[in-house]
Amino acid sequence: MGALAKNEIHAAILQQEKGQYLTFLIGGEMFAISILGIKEIIEYGNLTTVPMMPDFIRGVINLRGAVVPVVDMSARFGRAASEVTRRSCIVIIEVEADDEKQDVGVVVDSVSEVLEISAVDIEPAPSFGARIRADFISGMGKVDGQFVIILNADRVLSVDEMAMLSGVNGIEGSSEVLSISSNS
Amino acid sequence: MSLDLDQALQTYIAEARELLQDMEDALLRLEVDPNDADTVGAIFRAAHTIKGSAGLFGLDPIVSFTHIVEDVLDRVRDGDVAIEANLIAVLLESGDHMLHLVNVVAAQGGQLDAEAIVRENGLRVRLQAYQDNSEVSHVVQTEKEIPLQSSGGGLVETDNWHISLRFGQNVMRDGMDPLSFLRYLSTLGEIVSITTMFDALPLADEMDAESCYLGFEIDFKSEADKATIAGVFEFAREGSLVHILPPHSKLTEYIELIRSLPESETRLGEILVATGALTQQELESGLSEQQTSARPDGSTTPLGEILVEQRSVEHEVVQAALDKQTQSKDSKSKESRYIRVQADKLDELINMVGELVIAGAGVSLLAQRVSDNSLQEAASVMSGLVEEIRDGALRLRMVPIGETFNRFQRVVRDVGRELGKDIELIITGADTELDKTVVEKIGDPLMHLVRNAMDHGIESASIREAKGKSAKGTLRLNAYHDSGSIVIEIVDDGGGLNRDRILQKARDRGLIAPNVTPPDQEIYNMIFEAGFSTAEAITNLSGRGVGMDVVKRNITALRGTVSLDSAVGQGTTVSIRLPLTLAIIDGFLVGVGKSSYIVPLDMVQECIELTEADRQLTRERSYLNLRGEVLPFVMLREHFEIESTGARRENVVVVTCAGQKAGLVVDELMGEFQTVIKPLGKIFSTLRGISGSTILGSGEVALILDVPSLVQQAVNRESQHVSTKQIPHQLSCS
Repeated sequence: MGALAKNEIHAAILQQEKGQYLTFLIGGEMFAISILGIKEIIEYGNLTTVPMMPDFIRGVINLRGAVVPVVDMSARFGRAASEVTRRSCIVIIEVEADDEKQDVGVVVDSVSEVLEISAVDIEPAPSFGARIRADFISGMGKVDGQFVIILNADRVLSVDEMAMLSGVNGIEGSSEVLSISSNS
Repeated sequence: MSLDLDQALQTYIAEARELLQDMEDALLRLEVDPNDADTVGAIFRAAHTIKGSAGLFGLDPIVSFTHIVEDVLDRVRDGDVAIEANLIAVLLESGDHMLHLVNVVAAQGGQLDAEAIVRENGLRVRLQAYQDNSEVSHVVQTEKEIPLQSSGGGLVETDNWHISLRFGQNVMRDGMDPLSFLRYLSTLGEIVSITTMFDALPLADEMDAESCYLGFEIDFKSEADKATIAGVFEFAREGSLVHILPPHSKLTEYIELIRSLPESETRLGEILVATGALTQQELESGLSEQQTSARPDGSTTPLGEILVEQRSVEHEVVQAALDKQTQSKDSKSKESRYIRVQADKLDELINMVGELVIAGAGVSLLAQRVSDNSLQEAASVMSGLVEEIRDGALRLRMVPIGETFNRFQRVVRDVGRELGKDIELIITGADTELDKTVVEKIGDPLMHLVRNAMDHGIESASIREAKGKSAKGTLRLNAYHDSGSIVIEIVDDGGGLNRDRILQKARDRGLIAPNVTPPDQEIYNMIFEAGFSTAEAITNLSGRGVGMDVVKRNITALRGTVSLDSAVGQGTTVSIRLPLTLAIIDGFLVGVGKSSYIVPLDMVQECIELTEADRQLTRERSYLNLRGEVLPFVMLREHFEIESTGARRENVVVVTCAGQKAGLVVDELMGEFQTVIKPLGKIFSTLRGISGSTILGSGEVALILDVPSLVQQAVNRESQHVSTKQIPHQLSCS
């Protein structure tokens, strides 16, 4: 039995061993996201602001004909909105919501590199202390003796949650608008 | 393979529905002109095809019912049954029932419910009156009238048909199940014996599971004629070998058959003997005789040639072949005119063309910036072509509205009978085209308006005569293009709306203040309000006050408008105005700060400059004096909280929505813009005031303003603002 279980564990580790992560900086802190969901990285620019949306939604961009929303990660974590510098980038990530795939752009201060972090080097997320909602974190990766927060993209960029938040934020009596317009 | 069959079934269902629609149209034409032989033929062919294909799929309920209809139609075609109103009524109902059968049996794979069975039995009885009861014996007699000439070898003893089938390898790939042919065959008679021929089956590793290697030797006892039996295999004819030998065929034909088949002679001979098609003696003498009479060059005369030479091919068979030829010619010319394309493929194409338009605009912009003449010229030629492509692509989605209109012929006829009114439907502008998605959604509102017009609009014959009008009422459906939109009119020559009663009702419901009398037009349009019905009696057609508001809502959802005009004693006209397409709108591009916004052009009334004097006043109030009218306005900069310093000049775009005027204050007016609508993602689902986005020539995203909700937002904001300040005051007053 022991050998079998060991084999299974070994196989699982082997599978995850090749886990590759894109690391980037937000507000001077390093974060990582599994590269599996990342479609591309583009230069920051040509962003159209959408009015009456919460801070963490920077606006929309034209990604080869598709209109893609852009999220400010820093604001999403409840910190100040990130400042745009020459090194600012938009990382396009594909997230899944209700079996529908949606591309979402994320503003980051700068993109660092793609790292391989093996499963044994990933610690579970702390229940507090990272100053980020615990469910946003999928694990803490050890890189050169330092911790990197590995983000759970599907949670951080949950389309449903963001839509709900923007509804609460930008509504100011537009719930009345809803009922009125559906009557007319 | 089951998937293929499923696809074929879907095609069958779609085809059957179309054929039934054609059949209905043809029947209605026949009602007007009973002597039109072509139309009768078309109806017959429709029924025949539905039955034939249904047999292929083993849809017995459809086959058995359609068979009766086909019989009656056949007799109509032959002139044995005269066309009269009752017959057409029965056939129309039969058509409805067939549609029901197709929907239930073929599409859902279900069984008829009790109600439908009662209806079917009723129809069967009524159809039987037109059926010739001696038909079966009639067929057999003609069979016997044609004597088969003996040409040596004599006739074989068996009185069964012999059918040799070798299916083509592609039969299953084409979505046909060999078994279903046999199943259908067995509805025509009795299969006395059947031998499966699997000699063509290759070794296991060479075998392709999707190919059909099977053949059948069938002895078949039936009183059907050769054309009918041949018809069973009509769909498999391509690529398959089908030989049908009538009872008492000449021995030579059997021998010829044996030779023409791919299997070895001895094996076939044995099978034929075993199944009782031939006796051993017959076989031996036949084979030896054939050998001696074989041609010097070693080839044998093809079976068909022999048959013709010997004048043994039945008249029916030749006729069937001729029919088949003309039919396939008909369908070929039809096919060349239409291609069935999946709707989403078309949508994708239109999306891509939309991208192309945007990219093209980007190129033109760049060309202008570098001020290179030849480049500008090339860019302008290209954008011209791109625009043509876009129009062409959009036109692909366009369908004439005639099809939708024609459906109402039947409705008008049936509802007219139900109401006891004689009403004629006149259709004009049937060629007017509009987007397919719009066509699909306009059916229900139109249906409601048509029924309404017939029920309430057009008076009964006696009242009409008393008023000096012709007893026959007229309902018109008209469509035409008008400046980028399509207008559909429903016109009746009935009594018109009762203005006073509507006014009374509107006052009762508090929609109009007691002392105000709005213009007639406005009063008439009150009937689009919810729960508004002035009908005295509630019929099962209309008058329950549910409907006109739904009609209006449906049309508004399509970005259309509906209005109504009426003249007492002369009739009512309902006009529906709809955009031609839902994918692209004409927009008016405006700029606020660095952002660009698009206002749907059809809402824009005019643009005026916000004068310096007005700008001063806007600090206190949000309305303007527009040539003596009060024009409330929304400052987009403040409303959207756009951070930018105020522009040097500001403009007001005057928009109308729901009959209300409002102004939108913007910085810059940038002119008209063909807008390809891009939906904003789900994240923005709660966002009000913006309905979508588009991509400008520069590659930037511009937002499309949702004017009605924007105005509503402004109203709410102000009322909240004002009420929070006033509530304490009011409380102390009361």
